Amino acid sequence: MSWWDQFARVRHLDRDLSEELQEHIEERTEQLMRLEHLSRADARKAALVAFGNPSLVEQRSREVWQWRTLDSMLADVRLALRRLRKSPGFAFTILLTLAIGIGANTAVFSVVDSVLLKPLPYPDSDRLVSLWLRAPGAGIADFADGLMMSPSMFLVFSEHNRSFESMGIWSPRTANVTGLAQPEEVHTIVVSDGVLQSLGVAPAIGRWFSQADQEPHGAKTIILSYGYWQRRFGGDPEVIGRSIQVDSQAREIVGVMPRGFRVVDRDFDIVVPLAPERTIQDGPPFGYFGVARLKRGITINQADADVTTLLPIWMNSWRFGHYFAVWRIAPDFRSLKKQVIGQVGSILWVVMATVGLVMLLASVNVANLLLVRADSRQQELSIRAALGAGRARIARELLTESLVLGLLGGGLSTGVASGGLTLLTALGPAQLPRLSEVSLDGRSTLFTLFLSIFSALFFGSIPAIKYAYTEASDALSGSNRTSSSSRTQNRSRNVLVITQVAMALVLLVSSALMIRTFIALRNVNPGFSDPTHVQTMRTSIPSSMVPDERMATRVENDILDRLSAIPDVTAVGFAASVPLDGVDADWNQLQVEGRDYNINKPQMWLYDYVSPGYFRAMGIHLVAGRDFNWTDNYDLRHKMIVSESFARAEWGSAANAIGKHARQSNRNPWDEVIGVVADVHQHGVDEKAPTIIYWPVLMIIPYIPQTTIGAERNVTFAIHSKRAGTENFLSQVRRAVSSVNPNLPVAGARTMQEVYAQSLQRQSFTLVMLAIAAAMALALGIVGIYGVISYSVSQRTREIGIRMALGAQKGGVKWMFVRSALTLTVVGVGIGLATAAALTQFMRTLLFGVHPLDPVAFIAVPVVLVLAATLASYLPAARAAAINAVDALKAQ
Amino acid sequence: MENEKAASRDLFPGALEMMILESLRRQPAHGYALVQHIQQRSNDLLQVEEGSLYPALQRLLKSKLVTAEWTVSSATNRRVRIYQITKAGLRHLEREISAFDRMLDGIQMVLGPERGIEHS
Repeated sequence: MSWWDQFARVRHLDRDLSEELQEHIEERTEQLMRLEHLSRADARKAALVAFGNPSLVEQRSREVWQWRTLDSMLADVRLALRRLRKSPGFAFTILLTLAIGIGANTAVFSVVDSVLLKPLPYPDSDRLVSLWLRAPGAGIADFADGLMMSPSMFLVFSEHNRSFESMGIWSPRTANVTGLAQPEEVHTIVVSDGVLQSLGVAPAIGRWFSQADQEPHGAKTIILSYGYWQRRFGGDPEVIGRSIQVDSQAREIVGVMPRGFRVVDRDFDIVVPLAPERTIQDGPPFGYFGVARLKRGITINQADADVTTLLPIWMNSWRFGHYFAVWRIAPDFRSLKKQVIGQVGSILWVVMATVGLVMLLASVNVANLLLVRADSRQQELSIRAALGAGRARIARELLTESLVLGLLGGGLSTGVASGGLTLLTALGPAQLPRLSEVSLDGRSTLFTLFLSIFSALFFGSIPAIKYAYTEASDALSGSNRTSSSSRTQNRSRNVLVITQVAMALVLLVSSALMIRTFIALRNVNPGFSDPTHVQTMRTSIPSSMVPDERMATRVENDILDRLSAIPDVTAVGFAASVPLDGVDADWNQLQVEGRDYNINKPQMWLYDYVSPGYFRAMGIHLVAGRDFNWTDNYDLRHKMIVSESFARAEWGSAANAIGKHARQSNRNPWDEVIGVVADVHQHGVDEKAPTIIYWPVLMIIPYIPQTTIGAERNVTFAIHSKRAGTENFLSQVRRAVSSVNPNLPVAGARTMQEVYAQSLQRQSFTLVMLAIAAAMALALGIVGIYGVISYSVSQRTREIGIRMALGAQKGGVKWMFVRSALTLTVVGVGIGLATAAALTQFMRTLLFGVHPLDPVAFIAVPVVLVLAATLASYLPAARAAAINAVDALKAQ
Repeated sequence: MENEKAASRDLFPGALEMMILESLRRQPAHGYALVQHIQQRSNDLLQVEEGSLYPALQRLLKSKLVTAEWTVSSATNRRVRIYQITKAGLRHLEREISAFDRMLDGIQMVLGPERGIEHS
């Protein structure tokens, strides 16, 4: 029988029953009138006595068909709903508080769940490891994550290891695709054999790369991403076997990866085989991510130990291999998930903890409101207790009311959650991994339900416990006209207010620390200037298009000239990497003339390759000497420019450095320092500005024995113009580039201001989240204090009347209430300060230029809170003082 | 708790149902007629609160031992609900009566032969 049939039947039964009972009583009445000659009224009375209580009979009869507990529970729910309808203001406040609190938590939980908790979207993803190494002897302080893999390592490790089912190396790149539509720069990923096998996701159509595809002179093939396949080929399955021009090289499409597939944490358009050449490998370059799938039952530590034994083989296998003995290279493999999550974990946990606190605050506020309400029902509850209602029965009713509130709030919260999630993904750091996997799914719904019930039990149990244990006689005798509010009544509310103040303080201190961090970051001079007027864009000249190195630089030079001719352009330059773009052009060592490197190996420094005019366009201050010119480039003069910190460290001052010499290795001629530029925060303003050695874009490659000229082919242009960032300006830039060569794409057009803002996103995101939470906490705290004080004013009206009648001054009455609020606040502040001092230690990685126990935050916030509490209590206190003594005594 | 007290005040559980089924076996009837019948047959010895009949009737309906149908009473010209015993009700009644007889015998044996003889 369906639920509805059952329901309809019960309704039918109700009607039948009452008619039947009425009929019975009627028949008995008539009989009594007939036989005993009673009046109709008397007969009916007698009939009723004989019958018993009709409504009781009706209820018992109905219960035969029902599940009694459920039914009386439903009655409780109906009662709770009716009560809420009768006080819409109360219901609205509570439901809004809960909806926001639960919704915010659900939204953040969905993000935390998808990003941190769920396994990566690869089969058996717990067996995937990210291959990093340590090189403590390399002298590179900035290898924060460790040393990456080199192709030669891949060749040795993949051949000899006993720990991995498969392993490979990969690296994100860009490539120019021509011949489809407009020339386009696409995101590619070069993968060695073993990468796709390790990740273990089969292509949607076609196949993976074969062994032959990974041979240096084998077939030229590519695999498309689902998105690129849809975008460029309209999802045409016939695409397999077609060829497209990738960096002017015809490549055959052999497969399409399924929707949502990413290589570790990267989206891409095309996967290209790496095909490393065995015969010409050196130890370096250490520029590849490594990924491997562990054999079943092998741990990361075992894999570390296994590969440690392979490192000597690697060093024996390649030229200069033994040089790296001093680097003391050792494996430092970690789970792939750790690499994907990166630093985001700490931000997300801070945000989760924050919204969790807000939820706790919201629950406390709701508990407070419920207590106030239960107080006003105390008489009723006591009478019911006196009439025999069990404690459990009363507690159940109060809890039912909270559960109804919690579930209604939870229902409303789904709207808030989906809105919050949209906001979160929009605001969230661009580097937030796995963002595409975030959604409100079954787990989020379950979380909402859990949170609704759990919070309802929390805020509901406070009044329930309190009133279930009230002795009926106490309440009946205590709470009437002669008394003021009792001590016990207030205690739980006071504890709640103290908790609220403490939690608000923690959130306010945290956001104050983030604000101070943000200010400190904004005050760091990034080393470049006028970022809003610097337009950047990337282009690259593949060797398949322009084989000659000199010619490649000539093309770039032409582009620079065309760009300079655009109206309003004041300076143009280009470089292999620009500040904050996340690309390190190169790392290598440098020997300064006159120093002995027999004992101390020369240190590694960050390199960049820059064109003439780049410093001026980027607004990087030339401290001493001169900029490169084109003659330095085309004549391959041995010139270099160093950053100020390097000049000071090596030669005492910037001016002293001019004319000094340095070289990359013993085999190279000396290079002359011609200029010194200001330090630039290449990796973000929250990191120390690294020392950078700048080289011309066209130069003799120092580490190849034969004299080989190398041009920088992947470059970012910096164009200084007051029209930077406008659509009109960008189209002029594109025209200028295509007028030099129509096959060159323009990619990644951003102003430096955008690049700068994005580099601060981690902090600004945390700041925004904390600020929202702290504002909510402050508002909830103020409402809490206001509520408690104004309730206590209303409870103590008579007392105030008596005090005033006995000569108390208005000021004294006001102070009495403000003082009680301040006492609570000060206690709350004390607890909050201790908690904040402990919790802010966890924020250390997010802070910059601010100590976790920053005195400004730890003094300013309590002052603000105390002021807010004063204000919140002053309003009801003033109302108390305005009470007319006579009215107060007459009232009630 | 309270309802059990009321039901077991002067009858053991199931006794009322048994009497209802026995009455209905003789003749289908509506609630009021059933009460009348039980009271008359027991010479008013059983003072059953009239209302308590109805929950018992609902229990029987639920276990499908009786059926009910609305008809218009020829005597009063009002709608009454006539109850009728089902086959399952008849079987149930048989079982209950024999069980009850056995129980009564047992009780009588315990209470002593004299009283038992005297009574019979």
